[in-house]
Amino acid sequence: MSKVQSTLIKAFVSTLRRDLLIAYKKKNDLFNPFMFFLIVATLFPIGISPEPEKLSEISAGVLWISALLAALLAMDNLFRADYEDGSLEQLMLSPHPLYFLVLAKNIAHWLVSGLPVVLVSPLIAYMLSLPEGAYVTLFLTLLLGTPVLSLLGSIGVALTVGLGSRGLVLAVITLPMSVPVLIAGTLAVTQTLNGAELSGFLAIMGAMLVAALTLAPLASAAALRISVN
Amino acid sequence: MLGAEQSICGNLRAMVEQAGKPHEKDSASAPILAATDLYCERDDRILFEKLNFQLQEGQVLQIKGDNGSGKTTLLRMLCGLNDSYEGELSWYGQPMSECADAFYDALLYIGHRVGVNKILTPRENLAWSCSLRRQVRNDEIDSALLKVGLRGFEDSQCFTLSAGQHQRVSLARLLVSDARLWVLDEPFTTLDVTGVALLEKLIQDYSSQGGAVLVTTHHPLSVNDLTQLTLGRRPEAAESWA
Repeated sequence: MSKVQSTLIKAFVSTLRRDLLIAYKKKNDLFNPFMFFLIVATLFPIGISPEPEKLSEISAGVLWISALLAALLAMDNLFRADYEDGSLEQLMLSPHPLYFLVLAKNIAHWLVSGLPVVLVSPLIAYMLSLPEGAYVTLFLTLLLGTPVLSLLGSIGVALTVGLGSRGLVLAVITLPMSVPVLIAGTLAVTQTLNGAELSGFLAIMGAMLVAALTLAPLASAAALRISVN
Repeated sequence: MLGAEQSICGNLRAMVEQAGKPHEKDSASAPILAATDLYCERDDRILFEKLNFQLQEGQVLQIKGDNGSGKTTLLRMLCGLNDSYEGELSWYGQPMSECADAFYDALLYIGHRVGVNKILTPRENLAWSCSLRRQVRNDEIDSALLKVGLRGFEDSQCFTLSAGQHQRVSLARLLVSDARLWVLDEPFTTLDVTGVALLEKLIQDYSSQGGAVLVTTHHPLSVNDLTQLTLGRRPEAAESWA
């Protein structure tokens, strides 16, 4: 049994490293979601109002919506290249549970597309005049929330990977599932500014993350089997 | 969870089977892979019905048939990538659904799409696809790439290589694997003359060591003890051509 586990860990690490390597070699995939996040977030002050009072009211929502759209934009890369070149079949015919291999791909994908958005978010928050006390909340909720968005999006991508034109279908499948995360994230920022306790919101988002980590790859794996069929 | 339970049962069963290996006549009585009464239709067209075949250890089975006669579909069904069929598949005499883990442990499939990522180099591609099955050392990978004739291309990104070289990267997996069953879908299409000879020799050596091979190709295979299976023979179509 321990031999099986050690080869499973090797396969997991090797899949994670492969996807990171592909992202590193194909740099536009790396920067597209990040640049998209920056552009969308910077358009709001231009389109609405540059006044700090107005901006500070909407800044948390703007950051969360930009992060959600950036995650959606990045999703399409997750399985498509592997589907087209046959690597996905190799992944599915591995003796290891597809759950772990899909999880490895999801983690690699979040590290490439989600983490840079989280890391740059305080800077954009400053630009959007986010109130002083909300920085920690925003950063922590994005850190917990963007992996959930990636994991949920992966189900939609797995379902649509075999379709020719999937842009809108993917958004229609993914966005409704993402709304609870959006609500929890923005609510956490506004409520903690009004004096609410942060830990409760973090607990809810942490629970969402754990649920997504355990269940979403199962759903993605099942959806991939249907798509490849 | 369910998946974990299945994998434990599957591995126990695999060990029991391997413990029983020395009795050659046992393995001769139970074929490595058997299909009974397979039926498959696609878009209201029957691809095949009442299809029966058995594959013994050391046997090479070539699947032939017209374009669109369901060769690839059959291979994908056998590998569990396609489940829109009726009939029974068994692995060493046991129903496939009960021993999926032992089956995937012993299977090596090279599809029509060869599973080579264009961004990565042959070495990186091979290291990843082999690590999905077992632990491999770097020198095993290097010597496999050398044997399939990719010396000097190990570290070039695959989009700079030709289709035949992609095929060779995927064939290098045959050299590194410890699988007992190879399933190859049109492996000869993009290979040059030396590549074809190399693959025929690989298949020949593998079957003489007791490995079983399922291969679809229109290429006349020069391999000893070749069995052939022809799909979708439609006499009326043949007559209209004649």
